[in-house]
Amino acid sequence: MLSRVAENLYWMARYLERAENTARLTNVNTNLLLDLPKSVQPGWEPLIEITGSGAIFRQIYQTADERNVVRFLIGDIANPGSILSSLAAARENARTVRDFIPREAWEQVNAVYLQAKSNLASGLGRRRRYEYLRDIMLGVQTITGLLSGAMTHDEGYEFLRMGRNLERADMTIRIIDVRSANLLPNASDELTPFENIQWMSVLKSLSGYQMYRRAMQVRVRRPDVLKFLFKERLFPRAFYHSVCEVENCLRALPRRDLPITRVTHIKELVTASRPETMSQETLHTFIDGLELHLIQLNTVISDTYFLTGLAAAPVRAIPVDA
Amino acid sequence: MTIRWGSYRFKGFYDELIRAAGKPHAGLEGVCEYLHGLKDAEIEERKQAAEAAIRVMGVTFRVYSEEEGSIDRSWPFDIIPRVIPATEWRRIEAGLKQRVKALNLFIDDIYHEQRVVKDGVFPREILESSRNFRPQCVGVSPPRGVWAHICGSDLIRDKDGTMYVLEDNLRVPSGVSYMLENRLVMKRVFPELFEQYSIQPVDDYASQLYDMLCSIAPRPTEKPVVVVLTPGIYNSAYFEHSYLAQQMGAELVEGRDLVVGDDDCVYMRTIEGLARVDVIYRRVDDLFLDPEAFNPDSMLGVPGLLRAWKAGNVALANAPGAGVADDKVVYAFVPKFIEYYLGETAILPNVPTYLCMHEKERAYVLANLEKLVVKPANESGGYGMLIGPHASARECEEFEKLIRKDSRNYIAQPLVSLSTTPTLVDTHVEARHVDLRPFILSGESTYVTTGGLTRVALRKGSTVVNSSQGGGSKDTWIVEGAG
Repeated sequence: MLSRVAENLYWMARYLERAENTARLTNVNTNLLLDLPKSVQPGWEPLIEITGSGAIFRQIYQTADERNVVRFLIGDIANPGSILSSLAAARENARTVRDFIPREAWEQVNAVYLQAKSNLASGLGRRRRYEYLRDIMLGVQTITGLLSGAMTHDEGYEFLRMGRNLERADMTIRIIDVRSANLLPNASDELTPFENIQWMSVLKSLSGYQMYRRAMQVRVRRPDVLKFLFKERLFPRAFYHSVCEVENCLRALPRRDLPITRVTHIKELVTASRPETMSQETLHTFIDGLELHLIQLNTVISDTYFLTGLAAAPVRAIPVDA
Repeated sequence: MTIRWGSYRFKGFYDELIRAAGKPHAGLEGVCEYLHGLKDAEIEERKQAAEAAIRVMGVTFRVYSEEEGSIDRSWPFDIIPRVIPATEWRRIEAGLKQRVKALNLFIDDIYHEQRVVKDGVFPREILESSRNFRPQCVGVSPPRGVWAHICGSDLIRDKDGTMYVLEDNLRVPSGVSYMLENRLVMKRVFPELFEQYSIQPVDDYASQLYDMLCSIAPRPTEKPVVVVLTPGIYNSAYFEHSYLAQQMGAELVEGRDLVVGDDDCVYMRTIEGLARVDVIYRRVDDLFLDPEAFNPDSMLGVPGLLRAWKAGNVALANAPGAGVADDKVVYAFVPKFIEYYLGETAILPNVPTYLCMHEKERAYVLANLEKLVVKPANESGGYGMLIGPHASARECEEFEKLIRKDSRNYIAQPLVSLSTTPTLVDTHVEARHVDLRPFILSGESTYVTTGGLTRVALRKGSTVVNSSQGGGSKDTWIVEGAG
């Protein structure tokens, strides 16, 4: 398989996953704010931090209010990580690999993008935002389904899955990091019911609430949620699961030794960790470390399999924020 | 009872199907009768079936728009076939083989001894001012002496029924994928016709192309690695590049997928590492092939590719420099090349051509501009032409100046009245002008497509067959047992 094709498949999947995750985040935050009293509202700024796009945001907007943040996250093409930018990038990557993905999948990628673009106004207002975001989440899930059900599960498919799972792993720990630290800055006993809501919203951003309840059978508490989201082997958006998926993909590919070493190391870090006992600060450092490892893993994968050098740069934009 | 041949009009032209007053050409009666028997509703149904098939098969050509960058538009297709009796086709086929053979001998000669110049058959000044002559290719000997492996020659038929060669496309001719797809569509739409008549198949092309490409592989290997090199997804012929690669089971690569190693061999970058490439069917123009050898700004090319080709480590089809014969001035000499290299008389005639570089001919051209078509030597797609009979006095004056200033680069030809063929308009048929582009493959042996791509000017009276300007296409049938 050509390196360029593998690379485009990988990035197509990453961008699609990013669009879906951003839609989830926005949706959950919209709901969360309705449940919390004004006095304890964390507002919209955490979403900018989760997506790691603070620098770009501050270049364009003065205040991180709902209107600005939602516009920035959903439809601002100046934000390379916005839903619209991600879908556009996914579509450009998909266009170059049309011969490798089922026709219906290409059409669906196209349709999700065009729909997100033409209905943008309804995503910005509160009243129809839910429908707008749901359409995007379902749209991307449909693509995932079409790829899973109609594409040959060859090496190209492994690159797709690898991109999707790396992006997912990355998003899960970003959400944990920001949410656990910033959501309720001065949490006291008095606010416990609201703290509960905040952890539920973390789970919901990852579609993990129901699954958490089944797996843990305890009420929603910080230690259990952290354990679940980091270490659960069977939940598809748990960090450990996503990393194991990346490893499985690599096992089906040639020249995998170096990337496998990296993945194994990340797995060991998570297995050995006890996030449920970590203080906020330790947790933050731990997550920083994992993010660095994910970036290095991405680099190793790129160096091993993809075209490198300037002339070979694909349609790619990773929001980078210090 | 909607297609009534009795009322079909094509006055002043040669019609491909009807001889005179509702009478088909010999051997084509069956097709006429069949079409005549179709009811309105049936015609409408078949038309829709064809459109659906085209959509489903994804036959597209690319057009650009402000809004979406580029979009793929369905290929306009007419369901009434263009029919040629097999007996006539055999003569055309022989003529094309003869022509391409002479063209390849000419190109090879030009990059070696230039005997044709020394013997006074071909003027040196034409060569010296040729825009497609590549000094970088002098002395190179591609496998089997073939330079133009894939040639698309445009044929037109005049009022008297004579089939002329209008031009030979030797650089990166396109259109063959539409020929193949058109046949698939027709088989879905008129299966019963294919059962009743013996219509020669065309589906062989992709495997013929693959065999030809394998036959020019420079290193002896059982299964040479063949790739199709495309400028990328925004090229208007990308559909065809991807289609042919798929049909041949070859990788479709872009310039950045390839790299020339220190050993002067070409490799493609794969997830397994670098993989050696033996044959490149390139759909990128000469000047963009290799920034080291040609245009240094080209992002499409592969640095060092020409070096690898000259070292004999990779085959390029068509060979760089083959375009030297794809020049409307050189075209005028092809019948002479056939005599010179093969000692034969050209089977297919050229359209009579006046070379403005020759004083006498120029004088004739300038005195008769209003009757002639004037063309620049190196443009394609109908750009920069003067169609005398339809031009204003001012346009003629402008061309007079151009011709006087740069006479080497202009030729003139009488206006050929393109033949017509019945074409569906709503549910009846009207005469529309057509041309024909067969494709000729040259490698170990020579192969001519069965028929070719018939392009049709869908607008009434128009002779412009380009898809960007209201042109469409038809399936081309070579019918056995005619006559």
